[in-house]
Amino acid sequence: MSVDQTDFINALLDPNRAHPKGLVDPFGRFAGKRFDVYRNNVVASLIDAMQIAFPVINKLIGDVFFKTMAGIYVRKHPPSSPLLMFYGESFPAFLEGFKHVADLPYLADVARLELARRRCYHAADTVPIDADMLADIAPEALMASTFTLSPALELLSSPYPIFTIWNVNMIEDAPKPEAGGEFVLLTRPELDVEMQKIDHATHIFISTLKTHTLEQAYDTATRVSKDFDLSNAFNLLLKGKVITKIIAIGENNGIHSQHP
Amino acid sequence: MAFHETIPNRIGVGYKPQHLDDILKDPSPIAWLEIHAENYMGGGGRPIAQLNRLREIFPISCHGVGLSIGGEDPLDKEHLSRLKHLVDWLNPGLFSEHLAWSTHAGHYLNDLLPVPYTQSTLDHVVSHITEVQDTLKRQMLLENPSTYCAFEQSEMSEIAFLTEVVDRSGCSLLLDINNVFISATNQKFAPNDYIDAYPLHHVGEMHLGGHTVDADDFSETLLIDSHAHSVVDPVWELYRYTLKKSGPRPTLIEWDNDIPIWDTLAQEAKLADDILAQTALVTS
Repeated sequence: MSVDQTDFINALLDPNRAHPKGLVDPFGRFAGKRFDVYRNNVVASLIDAMQIAFPVINKLIGDVFFKTMAGIYVRKHPPSSPLLMFYGESFPAFLEGFKHVADLPYLADVARLELARRRCYHAADTVPIDADMLADIAPEALMASTFTLSPALELLSSPYPIFTIWNVNMIEDAPKPEAGGEFVLLTRPELDVEMQKIDHATHIFISTLKTHTLEQAYDTATRVSKDFDLSNAFNLLLKGKVITKIIAIGENNGIHSQHP
Repeated sequence: MAFHETIPNRIGVGYKPQHLDDILKDPSPIAWLEIHAENYMGGGGRPIAQLNRLREIFPISCHGVGLSIGGEDPLDKEHLSRLKHLVDWLNPGLFSEHLAWSTHAGHYLNDLLPVPYTQSTLDHVVSHITEVQDTLKRQMLLENPSTYCAFEQSEMSEIAFLTEVVDRSGCSLLLDINNVFISATNQKFAPNDYIDAYPLHHVGEMHLGGHTVDADDFSETLLIDSHAHSVVDPVWELYRYTLKKSGPRPTLIEWDNDIPIWDTLAQEAKLADDILAQTALVTS
């Protein structure tokens, strides 16, 4: 009997499927438990990867339930790449459709936050602009500029208090969540992920700034809240070392930060 | 390039971030470090920052776990290009991968799965290694697997297979002594016979590690390549036996699961370094 990799993988991921024929022990007998070593390794190592990736989901639903659910997830959605640090991309959607957690509707957005934290942690290193050089740009020119933002920047919004849920599970004595949505900003000024709760207008401002001028981002934010504080929001970006380049309108090369 | 350093005929360990402070405080128990390539492909941040610091202190060897050299499918071009990016930047002393597969039809299984020793597998493996070596512009080392079962369709021995791969691709070999012991126990052959037949002059690196003891359906001993324990005495014996025939080689202690405190790993490295030093005296 000849075993190909399609037979092998199908049997690996489906515990109800018969072992592939043609795998034997040294006496020519059916491999049996010897094949199960691979089955166990694959599923157990992927469940481990899920536990490392989603510690808050694990805490919220408990170890036993998490492992059972992750076992179902990893068989249904095995990784598509060897970069396990990003594995679980489809876990939030899976949680939304998994009927046993239907009464915990915030889980999917908490999982989105955990995924975003990992993307932020691993994002490419960039050199931020020198905040002092902003003083050399005329305010009108700055308002007409667009900005290149660090790939570590992540923005989330949820109808659930995901920031507070994350904190209460990971940080001692953090305040307990109350009903209501939250907007979250993730930055990585150095090597650690920094997470803060922001208001709706600031969320809109930063997300608009990814593709529009400062003026357009400001206008959009003030439509959300007339109390929007531009200098406060801009300082968040500077402190988070998020701005890597300022491109004045009509300028090709932009104003770069100094590369070492 | 600034950081390329040859891996010496001394002991290295697989780098684990939880050991960073201990290693920096006293780097003396080890002469080099090995990293898993895939853990440094995220883009940037702390993993790259740590590696950048460590390569100023140690020669670094790069060990891939996700290329799926033994896969029936073509190599994942995107993954190969990520590997090239890492290797070009890091310029490691050695680059190695496994005689195994892990990716099929777009799924990555996160394990080193076995291949049958057939002419058709041989053709795949040789063409994949050639593609890797052409892309990275360097020779790679191929590691012998630990196996739990055999394929009825196999047409040749593992050693005949590896020897042919070396001849046709020009790669060298990473000899994992623990894997030899595991496969020998599981497949009922004498580990020393395997070493006697092995093309030792092509070995550029050796691995030592721990395994877990289990049993199969017929209560036969089944060893599992867990990298979760210290090296057992018969594996140390086999290492001594091998070194006597091969002469000293860069040797790595692998401990990837249930990772111990640094002192335990450093102790293990010391044991191996003593054996290596004795061999160097005898064979020089």
